[in-house]
Amino acid sequence: MSVVQPTAVAATVQVGEGRSGSPGALETRLRQRRAEGRKLLVPYVTGGLGGDWLDVVRAVAAAGADAIEVGLPFSDPVMDGPTIQEASSRALESGATPQGIVAALREAEVGVPIAVMTYYNVVARTGHRRMATEIARSGIAAAILPDLPVDEAGPWVDAADAAGVETVLLAAPTTPDDRLAAICRRSRGFLYAVGLLGVTGERHELAASSLLIAARCKQATDLPVLVGVGVSTTDQARAVCAVADGVVVGSALVRRLLDGAGPQGAGELVADLRSGIDRG
Amino acid sequence: MTTHEETAPAATGLMGAPGPGGRFGDYGGRYVPESLVPACIELADAFEGAWADAAFRARLDGLLGSYAGRPTPVTECHRLSEQLGVRVLLKREDLTHTGSHKINNVLGQALLAERMGKPRLIAETGAGQHGVATATAAALLGLECVVYMGAVDVERQALNVFRMELLGAEVRPVVSGSRTLKDAVNDALRDWVASVETTHYCIGSVMGPHPYPYMVRQFQRVVGDEARAQCRVLLGDDPDLVVACIGGGSNAAGTFAGFVDTRAELVGVEAAGGAALGNGLPGVVHGMRSQFLQDEAGQILEAHSISAGLDYPGIGPEHAHLAAIGRARYVAVGDAEVLAAFRLLAELEGIIPALEPAHAIAWLVRAAGTGEIAPGATVLVTMSGRGDKDVQQVKEMLA
Ligand SMILES: Cc1ncc(COP(=O)(O)O)c(C=O)c1O
Repeated sequence: MSVVQPTAVAATVQVGEGRSGSPGALETRLRQRRAEGRKLLVPYVTGGLGGDWLDVVRAVAAAGADAIEVGLPFSDPVMDGPTIQEASSRALESGATPQGIVAALREAEVGVPIAVMTYYNVVARTGHRRMATEIARSGIAAAILPDLPVDEAGPWVDAADAAGVETVLLAAPTTPDDRLAAICRRSRGFLYAVGLLGVTGERHELAASSLLIAARCKQATDLPVLVGVGVSTTDQARAVCAVADGVVVGSALVRRLLDGAGPQGAGELVADLRSGIDRG
Repeated sequence: MTTHEETAPAATGLMGAPGPGGRFGDYGGRYVPESLVPACIELADAFEGAWADAAFRARLDGLLGSYAGRPTPVTECHRLSEQLGVRVLLKREDLTHTGSHKINNVLGQALLAERMGKPRLIAETGAGQHGVATATAAALLGLECVVYMGAVDVERQALNVFRMELLGAEVRPVVSGSRTLKDAVNDALRDWVASVETTHYCIGSVMGPHPYPYMVRQFQRVVGDEARAQCRVLLGDDPDLVVACIGGGSNAAGTFAGFVDTRAELVGVEAAGGAALGNGLPGVVHGMRSQFLQDEAGQILEAHSISAGLDYPGIGPEHAHLAAIGRARYVAVGDAEVLAAFRLLAELEGIIPALEPAHAIAWLVRAAGTGEIAPGATVLVTMSGRGDKDVQQVKEMLA
């Protein structure tokens, strides 16, 4: 198993392949922003972390996020490193539930599209149709399930499509080209390019694989391509945005929230990232 | 005598290869982060190739014989039989090198890692037996080895931690979540997501994403295949009941595989505090669709028992399937019964069992006492491991 290198020949991409109906709110917004020449910034916030987490979400939106990923905490988050693990257990210990967070977002009036990120057991336990309906009813645009690979995603994606919920799929550095094509066909909202082999968490250096996977994904799809996992600093975000359409920044923000930064500190970090990637 | 359905026709194909995508009925599958999917596909191909390769099988059989000490005997327990009024036979996995059935699977997977060119093994461990077995195989084949073990288990199985270290492995205590086996699996998966290019994840039970539940059962079926032949010699027949304890379910799956096409009733014994089939709900965790202890929101609950090796809130998907179709049944016993059974076997038979298979003995004692097992019935119990690792803990509990 090794990191797959880009091929010289660009895959032919059919825009909108494998989908029925028009793009959802998340994809529409991201495509529109990209067309305006803007790089895309999607911060991640753990739902239910602290009594003011909804204020954090609003502050992050006001500071220039193009969309926000809200984590629904799960007891066994295998794609997450220590920072988001800690945030998830704190949220759960304080009584947060996935269902409660989804319901709270209904009233939130955040102003940018929301994607919830959680693990598949939360969806499987709730039931595909019910989960998709509850997400849609809260005005949440999309869902990201990092332990649900494309081969197993069918039943959920069908339910999500039917409810108008976009399912963002992930591509990894080890994904071969044929799988990448299948992932691109099934992904909605954007394509989440996992920047490195590893779990979420801050890294001192940007992994070389981030740029490789970004280039391969850009070749494979017209969907917005965002790189996440291991993008922690403004410099790293800028470097990635030279190839990708944007970045997802999670642990760097969540660590500050764990340290007590609150809505204001979260807003400041996102504003820094925003101005950093806008400078190009 | 408990009744059992005539299973011969329905059993055709039972415990064969799983369906497409690694499905056992509704259970199984491959629910892992995308980074790991190619590695699982590679592993499935490598296993299929190796299992069909006479040279690989000969090498594995050679190690199982000359290194692990197979075949293990079946011992008839005369004094226990007399006391219970049923005829009890033990399949003696406790007599293998490293002291439990875990070595059977680990030798297979270590050879497979070598065949795939992966120089590093990682493993999760609860009681420490799978960790010790993995560290042993790694030493034997010159592979690097890291074992994840819940901090709680590091404490209650200190002797096995030191064993692993003597064998050259690094033991990493896991401090997240409930700090037991499920969290060790999480951390091993997190390691694997980052190291998949050079590392084989040597899963210790019939759990995880496809092909693990199938592959581990195949590596463990030597237990059941041997026992079946041995029962034929000793009893002139198949046993009426076949009983094994269940953590993830590997010693049970290996044992059941040898008897699934006989008339034997198959019984899996869970710890009452970790009874995924008794109290669990369908879910998808650790790469597989199976049954898990969880709350209504889908948060996984902690398992609790005196035996670290059974403190797992899930169960292998093939067991969930065998339960669903009624070919095997699953029962649970509590800590006090287990402790009594532990002592009983030591006193009557001179065999100190590990706490895990003491669960199987405990159910046997209970079921023979209530008449659930008919007097005179023949029962094969898999003695999955020896009790050396548990002696200290039991001493403290009896104090
Ligand atoms: C001796 C022994 N038996 C049984 C088990 C449970 O595992 P499984 O259900 O996979 O056989 C363990 C696990 O640590 C063990 O050490």
